[in-house]
Amino acid sequence: MPTTLDGGGLFRVHSSDVPFVRYLNTDGQPVQKLPPWAENGQQLVAYYKAMVKAREADRKAIAMQRTGQMGTYPSCLGQEAPGVVYGSLMKKDDVLAPYYRDMPGQLLRGVELSDVYLYWGGDERGSAGEGYGQDMPNCVPIATQACHAVGIASAFRIRDERRVVVTTCGDGATSKGDFLEALNLAGAWKVPVVFLIVNNQWAISIPRSAQCGADTLAQKGAGAGVPCVQVDGNDVIALHEVIGSAIERARHGKGAVVIEAITYRLCDHTTADDATRYRDNEDVRKAWEEEPVKRLQTYLYNHGLWSPEQEKMLQEQVAEEVQKAVETYQLTPPQSINDLFAYQYAETPVSLRQQLEEMQEGLNHE
Amino acid sequence: MSDDKKTLVEAVNLALDHALADDKDVVLLGEDVGTNGGVFRATQDLKDKYGLKRVMDTPLAETMIAGMTIGMATQGLKPVAEIQFMGFIFACMEQLVGHAARMRNRTRGRLTCPMVIRAPFGGGIHAPEHHSESTEALFAHIPGLRVVIPSSPVRAYGLLRSAIDDPDPVIFLEPKRIYRVQRQTLPKQGSRLPLDTCFTLKEGSDLTLVTWGACVRECQEVTRNLAKEGVGVELIDVATIKPLDMDTILASVRKTGRCVIVHEAARSFGVGAEIAARVSTELFHELRAPVQRVAGYDITMPYYRMEDHYMPSVGQIASACQIVCSC
Repeated sequence: MPTTLDGGGLFRVHSSDVPFVRYLNTDGQPVQKLPPWAENGQQLVAYYKAMVKAREADRKAIAMQRTGQMGTYPSCLGQEAPGVVYGSLMKKDDVLAPYYRDMPGQLLRGVELSDVYLYWGGDERGSAGEGYGQDMPNCVPIATQACHAVGIASAFRIRDERRVVVTTCGDGATSKGDFLEALNLAGAWKVPVVFLIVNNQWAISIPRSAQCGADTLAQKGAGAGVPCVQVDGNDVIALHEVIGSAIERARHGKGAVVIEAITYRLCDHTTADDATRYRDNEDVRKAWEEEPVKRLQTYLYNHGLWSPEQEKMLQEQVAEEVQKAVETYQLTPPQSINDLFAYQYAETPVSLRQQLEEMQEGLNHE
Repeated sequence: MSDDKKTLVEAVNLALDHALADDKDVVLLGEDVGTNGGVFRATQDLKDKYGLKRVMDTPLAETMIAGMTIGMATQGLKPVAEIQFMGFIFACMEQLVGHAARMRNRTRGRLTCPMVIRAPFGGGIHAPEHHSESTEALFAHIPGLRVVIPSSPVRAYGLLRSAIDDPDPVIFLEPKRIYRVQRQTLPKQGSRLPLDTCFTLKEGSDLTLVTWGACVRECQEVTRNLAKEGVGVELIDVATIKPLDMDTILASVRKTGRCVIVHEAARSFGVGAEIAARVSTELFHELRAPVQRVAGYDITMPYYRMEDHYMPSVGQIASACQIVCSC
């Protein structure tokens, strides 16, 4: 009898004993004893505030795009939790190599919201702000940032620095060679990188099921000898436990970890997308029941860690902060046309200086 | 005495050696560059001398090598990565074009990529498929990249030292056909040659011969032959393909009124086309003959049994020179 691919025997395609970590269920009820740090609620309230701010910042970005005040923008609605957690847990001199849906994490890293708006508003200076530190800019070419991450981590190792890189990507990115090549290197060299896959179930119109035949995306780590774990990506407590352990592990020379955070993209891919073309409204409605902000809010209310008065104050404060960032963005003076040429090379070559003169002459004749 | 004289690949090795010695931020990485010393021995003995942390054998993954080099560079290291053959560099393109070339611009100078990608390139050594192409024009087309090609041991040493010093990404292409054909005494340790500058190898007043890389040798032969016939060739080694030093080329053609461009890469849409266009635009009235190009044909690089038919020959170059001189 020939052995079949799906029938066991000689060949196996199934995995997997990838653990799945969750502390709060979708109703905000603990499903296991919470870790000690979570008990007094202080950090949880901080996470809650950060998610509320990110959501308002996101809402405002979409509103600006819809009214012609900003370009195409990829919303992070529904996936605020991983960002606020890694953003809180990383040290300032660690490095983030993000993808392009990481605004919540970037804000926690110290990036100005006005810079986020500036970037999506079509201005290169949006990736130049001091708040970025040494963090990499938004990475649009899918998964390429994973390779930068292992390079940055190698630099840390070469210099004996106890710093860590966190690199994020979506579920679709795990199909790309860059992700797998970087993961492979991380396994071989044990460099201090945390690969955080934010599995929001959709790569534009391609659902997770059509993206990859593996049971989990996390298990791609296994092929590279990198430990892997799935976590409820809408549960800040679980995320804190998993990401925190991974960062500390990396910091202590034990190498990389792959984390797959399971969440859901409640929005369109970008403002230029219409997700009703390819997904069922009923699925989206169900996903709303699991979203992270409401879940944590329920927990906080149930445990007397939050009150309607505090909620009201937070909403007002957040609206004010976001509005201020909008104003900063809108009042940013335009760049000089010299800037189009000034950053191509450290020193602008003769040929480019000539082209700049051409452009200036053209403008003078207009 | 021959020990003091170095081949081009030995000059590369020495430049890397001295760069590692002079600057602790310089690191090497690539496939087989460590224990094996590189398949052409360009990194011979460097792992033993500088250790595993600075001379790194990577897994076999060109995309990752390019991306990792970018990551290291953004941290202020000066990584020098080897891509074993230019035929395998295409996996790096997204990283080089999408990131290395534009990191400075897209962060307004907050992050930069002081990095070098070295790759042996070109035909003429009877190598297998995918080992002989010349695709420098692909990189020259990309804003933000530098493309540098040495044509002698002296220039290999001086230009590679400068490329490693350079604060922007440099694609450093080594013409492997001339890796070992010539020995030269190198100038004193640490001396640099300028980037973004053509080298006038011989002055002449009758015609300007513009070339780079391995083709410099055939052009030198033609230059010598024409000298016997009383024709004074000004021979220019472009050396830095991008950014292109047009001033040197234009000054020469302004003097000679004649220009022949020679490159091994396929003719159409190549670097020769850019030079010819600029010469025509700037010197239309000074030109005494149409600009000529001698280049590879627009065909897939032949396997080695037929590669001689592809390579620009002394005969072809001489014919092109005759055409412009007869005008």
